[in-house]
Amino acid sequence: MSVLIYIDHADNQVKKSSLEALSYGSDLAKQLGTEADALILGTVEDDLALLGKYGVRNVYQVSNPQLNQLDAQVFTAVIADAISKTGADTIVFSGNATGKAVAPRLSARLKAGLVTGAVALPDTANGFTVKKTVFSGKAFAFVQLLSPIKIISVNPNSYSVKEGSGSAEISSLDITVPAPKVKVTATNKVSGSVPLGEAEIVVSGGRGLKGPENWGMIEELAGLLGAATACSRPVADSHWRPHHEHVGQTGLAIAPNLYIAVGISGAIQHLAGVNRSKVIVVINKDPEAPFFKQADYGIVGDAFEVMPKVIDAVKKLKGK
Amino acid sequence: MKILVCISKTPDTTAKIAFTDNNTKFAADGVQWIINPYDEWYALVRALELKEKDASTVLHLINVGGADAEPVIRKALALGGDEAIRVNSDSRDSFTIASQIATHAKSVGYDLILTGKETIDYNGSSIGGMVAELLDMPYISLATKLELSGTTATVTREIEGGEEIAEVSLPLVVACQKGMAEARIPNMRGIMAARTKQLKVIEPVAVEALTSISSFGLPPAKAGVKMIPAEQAEELVRLLHEEARAI
Ligand SMILES: Cc1cc2nc3c(=O)[nH]c(=O)nc-3n(C[C@H](O)[C@H](O)[C@H](O)COP(=O)(O)OP(=O)(O)OC[C@H]3O[C@@H](n4cnc5c(N)ncnc54)[C@H](O)[C@@H]3O)c2cc1C
Ligand SMILES: Nc1ncnc2c1ncn2[C@@H]1O[C@H](COP(=O)(O)O)[C@@H](O)[C@H]1O
Repeated sequence: MSVLIYIDHADNQVKKSSLEALSYGSDLAKQLGTEADALILGTVEDDLALLGKYGVRNVYQVSNPQLNQLDAQVFTAVIADAISKTGADTIVFSGNATGKAVAPRLSARLKAGLVTGAVALPDTANGFTVKKTVFSGKAFAFVQLLSPIKIISVNPNSYSVKEGSGSAEISSLDITVPAPKVKVTATNKVSGSVPLGEAEIVVSGGRGLKGPENWGMIEELAGLLGAATACSRPVADSHWRPHHEHVGQTGLAIAPNLYIAVGISGAIQHLAGVNRSKVIVVINKDPEAPFFKQADYGIVGDAFEVMPKVIDAVKKLKGK
Repeated sequence: MKILVCISKTPDTTAKIAFTDNNTKFAADGVQWIINPYDEWYALVRALELKEKDASTVLHLINVGGADAEPVIRKALALGGDEAIRVNSDSRDSFTIASQIATHAKSVGYDLILTGKETIDYNGSSIGGMVAELLDMPYISLATKLELSGTTATVTREIEGGEEIAEVSLPLVVACQKGMAEARIPNMRGIMAARTKQLKVIEPVAVEALTSISSFGLPPAKAGVKMIPAEQAEELVRLLHEEARAI
């Protein structure tokens, strides 16, 4: 019996969403009176012993470089093998792209109940029930896991990273890696910018900005705040902004600390992707815009007049 | 080429979300039901495009649901596809649903199985991966593009901060999202044709559920918005820094 946390990485580094999963998993182990261990497939440059700071005892590594590329089928086979070798019975993933690809497969393979989109630690007083978001963040559900082995995939940005001291024991697992069927031929990353799904702050623009040529102020504010940029669906559909910036019911669902919406009306489908943000700021010239009902701070005004003032004030705050 | 598209029924995106029976059931009264947008706009339309390129393609739709799902299945057939299969089960457990789809798929032997990236009601993002594992097929999630050349698929999927392109041989399971295709509106001919297309109902195989939903809840309402006059925009920055501690 133990909790095993799957550690995801890219560009030789452990992902932030995995640190959240680690904190979740080690808190869960404490709650269950058991130990937490981590599992990493492939290789990274980070010092894995440092993952002990997040409360794990062992870091198991399958350091076959073939595992630096995702083939969900191969990963599932390797993780299933690692589970039987380590005796883990609760498996924690981050609900990021890798978690979405692998956790359901693992669930079917092990006949292990899976809850995706978990936002809080399970209630283990009477059974094992996990709170998750449903209806695109408009509601939540309590899902009971009925099987002996349980898998939880934690919503990114839903559990805070807790850093303590401590050092983990690293041991390598000897697992045969099956030949992949998926051959990755190219990876295109938007360089230099903060990935939207992981961003603490997001500055987002809607149709109220009139055209792509007016995105300079969105980018400038985002740059000053170390934020990612996002947009509403019609903005992406009109090719003013790239598709991966589209947030909402049919785009990416995000949960940053701060979401600044400029010239976005706040349609229900847009809200569905951003309503888990901790603080919402709305700048809109229409006082009747529905977004104000969901906001924490609002300014009724013309974005072209308000944004330069906000940018100046942030520059002063940051001493620039 | 045989393609299977998994179709689920979800409340309309503007539906009011409320619960009854002591918060254990979704309040379905007066709710409009639609084809889950990811299934309709991306999975189904991409499958139709592939069929248009290669007329010998057989395209089946599958839904695991009760008889109340039939209007939504007919709507999907109006967009296209040769026939639909409904597995008569009301289960909400992802593994149970995936097992029904996999059992049917095994009996036909599809080259390509398409799902949406998630249902907009239960947000499981699970069925595609489970079906793939049960059929021992490779799986690409969060796919934004899919091209076929013979029995090789080239698929683009979203990763954090970008995308990845991969080559995979069929058979294959792909979970589709935005980028895959452009939404279509069914035309009169499609709607007429859908009436006569076959909608086969089959009984589910016995599967033990791995999960069950105990109850639902709604997030607490916002405390209310603090409005800042436009001429004092700098005040917003002070509040975000000192009060909300967000910057
Ligand atoms: C099934 C379905 C799924 C959908 N999924 C999504 C989704 O995932 N994401 C999404 O965003 N939408 C989605 N939509 C679309 C959604 O319904 C809205 O149409 C869309 O969000 C509106 O985008 P917008 O707010 O940018 O534009 P608009 O609704 O046109 O609003 C523009 C806003 O800008 C304000 N404005 C104008 N000029 C200025 C100015 N100078 N300064 C300040 N404010 C100004 C206006 O007052 C207005 O409120 C979906 C729709 C459907 C039917
Ligand atoms: N009851 C169902 N019947 C058929 N397909 C389904 C069903 N539920 C989900 N799916 C498919 O699986 C995808 C992912 O659903 P989910 O894992 O529930 O988020 C959906 O987009 C559908 O393509």
